[in-house]
Amino acid sequence: MPATTQRPAGKKVLLMATCLCDAFYDDVARATVEVLQHLGVEVGFPENQTCCGQPAFNSGDWKSSRKVARHTAEVFAGDLPVIVPSGSCAAMHFHGNRLQFEECPDGAVESLANRTWELIDFIVNGLGIREWPGRFEKPTRLAFHRSCHLRGTGSGEAITSLLSTIANAEVVPFGQAEQCCGFGGTFSVTFPHISGRMGSLKLDHILEQHPDLLVSGDMSCLMHLTGLAQVQGRPVPHKHAVQVLRDTLQA
Amino acid sequence: MVNRQPIDAYAHDIDEEKQSSVSGGSAASTDKRYSALFSDYEDPNALRRLASRIKDHTLHHLDDYLEQAESSLKRNGCHVHFADTDDDARDAVLSILREREITRLTKSKSMASEEIHLNDHLIKNDIEVLESDLGEFIIQLDGDVPSHIVRPIIHKNRREIARTFQREGIADDYNDDPEAITRRARVHLREKYMEAEAVITGGNFISAESGRVVLVTNEGNSRFGMAPSRVHIALVGIEKLVPTDRDLAVFLNLLGRSATGQQLTVYTEFISGPKDDSQPSGPEEMHVVLMNNGRTDVLASNCREILRCIRCSACQNVCPVYRQASGHAYRSPYGGPVGAVLSPILFGDRFPELADLPKASSLCGACNEVCPVDIPLPDLLLRLRDKAKREHIPQPGDLPMAPFATLATSPAIWRTAMTMSKAMNHLPIEMAPVRPLQDWLGQRTLPEWRGGDFRKWLKKRQSD
Repeated sequence: MPATTQRPAGKKVLLMATCLCDAFYDDVARATVEVLQHLGVEVGFPENQTCCGQPAFNSGDWKSSRKVARHTAEVFAGDLPVIVPSGSCAAMHFHGNRLQFEECPDGAVESLANRTWELIDFIVNGLGIREWPGRFEKPTRLAFHRSCHLRGTGSGEAITSLLSTIANAEVVPFGQAEQCCGFGGTFSVTFPHISGRMGSLKLDHILEQHPDLLVSGDMSCLMHLTGLAQVQGRPVPHKHAVQVLRDTLQA
Repeated sequence: MVNRQPIDAYAHDIDEEKQSSVSGGSAASTDKRYSALFSDYEDPNALRRLASRIKDHTLHHLDDYLEQAESSLKRNGCHVHFADTDDDARDAVLSILREREITRLTKSKSMASEEIHLNDHLIKNDIEVLESDLGEFIIQLDGDVPSHIVRPIIHKNRREIARTFQREGIADDYNDDPEAITRRARVHLREKYMEAEAVITGGNFISAESGRVVLVTNEGNSRFGMAPSRVHIALVGIEKLVPTDRDLAVFLNLLGRSATGQQLTVYTEFISGPKDDSQPSGPEEMHVVLMNNGRTDVLASNCREILRCIRCSACQNVCPVYRQASGHAYRSPYGGPVGAVLSPILFGDRFPELADLPKASSLCGACNEVCPVDIPLPDLLLRLRDKAKREHIPQPGDLPMAPFATLATSPAIWRTAMTMSKAMNHLPIEMAPVRPLQDWLGQRTLPEWRGGDFRKWLKKRQSD
């Protein structure tokens, strides 16, 4: 899939930070900028960006989510690649939007779909970076949680393979990796019991492997998982994959 | 909690033993499916895509293939009945039985019959019906309903079954050894087979080309049922057609592996009509009831892909929501992702009552990944959520999204809100402004609000 991508790559991009990084995880957005700039990429940040609209889309309020999607498409108009440090928000651009605009096609929204990359997918398959020159000071076991929106995209493979090239890093497999962590955005609010149970199960499988660090390409999954872990008295150190890339480079 | 989603509430209250039977059983099936498919095929996904194309083609030309199937079946000596509604299907079966004064029959597993509550109808009309599939037999003894498409008693464990057998006099004593359970059921069922005058089966596939009705089982019970019976009635949904016998190679290779991790199920029967000179055993008469019951409405909807379904239950097995809630939570014979799509639209007039089902998913996509006919289940769940919203069917726990959309399309206000909301860091949880958020925060901590910090950092970096 990624090898034959028609999406534009190149050294000039627009960053969509995502609402979650805008509100909570500023350091992930920072790491994104730092890593991309380290790779010689010029990063533009349209000030008027907000959210991809996924909360409304998943709730079934497509009138509202189309409104947000049109706004986002307008903010990111042009022909530059749009880089998103979240598999979920990226998939909203190239999958969710296509679904909700099936009956009312929109050129700007379709253009955004054709230019959107999940961040690590872009680094590996867009820029062709196959090895990461970073290192951990001591042997480090990484549990990589492949978020569900990476299914069927090149990102899961891209992240695992790039993390594996970091010196002293070991990506450890864990049980039932194909299972969802239970976040699902508004799902975690409307199905609190099932969502919590799914998260706890995921944590059981991950913690069984005693990882030093839980890594994902989606802060939403990590917010849910680490929030649960905290309340359950089993906190787990965690980072976005791009933070790992930056931090191991500085070490 | 107020306004609980019915499926979440069900999962909250479910018996722990039942939940662990369901999640353990389905996780095991998911693993078996994976090893069976990936050890035999270099690229199982290519096979899934091929199967999906064959089904789409068939559904696109369903009118033609139905005509062809009808004439092939008739050529084979079958009687063909078209049933437009559930009533029509029940009436068709009952009148076949009545005209022949049949009062006793056995039945092999059929989701189509579950869908129209055929047993209840026949029993009400003084027909003795015996389920001969072991799982369905136990369901019948317990007065329960199936909770899984392929393994109807996945929610039970062997101790419960042993108790049932003792209670119902199938056995004299309690014995929960699986082999003993099977042996006892067999002794009981074999006698009943011999008394039956008719057998009702479903049909996994019908080849339009040859009129062969294909039955896939692991117990051989349909075969046993057919041996002594005068009349065979196959109740089959109209979407079960495939164009040719050759297509069966694709579907049979996928069905067993996807359902139970078997290369092929133990019995695969190709039934080409009643007995005649060329096949001297079997029932004297064969009737095929082709049932619509809402399927043409589904075909006309934007969720028509669900009609590709071959009832393998792989989506159900892999679904994390199903594993927590069990099939009974879905209030229909079809549970899991396929049920969450199919039930609200198949029983069209029940859409408002079942419109919560499509919400019972984190949209994780595992169902699509395992589906042997590549049904885009998450997309269909989303389309049904949109339908519910457009038809103004409110769902418990719905969050107001119009204000969110206004905020997310007003960048200046958005930026201000991002910074201002830092005040939230100092709010105690119990003061969270939205009720559902309080429940969310009961189970999880929320990270510190750092709205606007990235933008500030970036501005500084750009000006340096």
